[in-house]
Amino acid sequence: MTNDALHLHYTVERDNFTAAGEASSNVKRILKQIGMPPEVVRKVAIAMYEGEINMVIHANGGEIDVDVSPQEIRMVLRDVGPGIPDVNKAMQEGYSTAPDSIRSLGFGAGMGLPNMKKYTDTMEIETTLGVGTTITMTVRV
Amino acid sequence: MKLTQIAEILHAQCLTGEIPSQVEVRTACGSDMMSDVLAATQQKDVLLTGLVNPQVVKTADMLDVRCIVFVRNKRPDADLIALAQERGVIVLCTSEKLFEACGLLYAAGLRGTGAAI
Repeated sequence: MTNDALHLHYTVERDNFTAAGEASSNVKRILKQIGMPPEVVRKVAIAMYEGEINMVIHANGGEIDVDVSPQEIRMVLRDVGPGIPDVNKAMQEGYSTAPDSIRSLGFGAGMGLPNMKKYTDTMEIETTLGVGTTITMTVRV
Repeated sequence: MKLTQIAEILHAQCLTGEIPSQVEVRTACGSDMMSDVLAATQQKDVLLTGLVNPQVVKTADMLDVRCIVFVRNKRPDADLIALAQERGVIVLCTSEKLFEACGLLYAAGLRGTGAAI
């Protein structure tokens, strides 16, 4: 790959569960094409996919920005959803506030945020109730 | 194990055309919860599930899963099959239940993601 930084921007639609995951899929394809190591591609794809699903389930959609450099991939997921009342609880494996309708679709197992943390090198959550949440994740190359 | 063997053991039908005869698989997982599937970091080649929606294909794609096996005679619609073909994921369909399908494949030598082969 070249040394040029690459910037990608995506809009995640609200309530469109069927379309969720398109941004992550696109990022995965691009990272593969530019020759990123498979393990890096995998980590970014999974972390971003969980984030994208969360945005659809909990936050009326949102915006995702991805910056790719030879050193790291940085993902910023911004939403104007309800915010996370208790981040520590939300980070516990198995803790979920998703409704049964979401569980019946195979998500809402309480693994979203823990998975995002597991697959990334850094993860920061800024959240304000009634205002929204911004999650910044990086994966080192 | 070859993917063609999996289809034989499960009496499964392939919904994405011919099964490529050279495809080898070593690991599998079975679950209806995609978040749990995503939580296991180890490579899995086959995903067995009774959940039928587009996110199953997308989950498989994110994890580089080669083949999805829909159990309990669950039939995906044409859109799901088209998505799987676009993503290069092979789709099988069997009348076996999830537990039985996993057991049959385990007995034949396929392993979960927890054990190294």
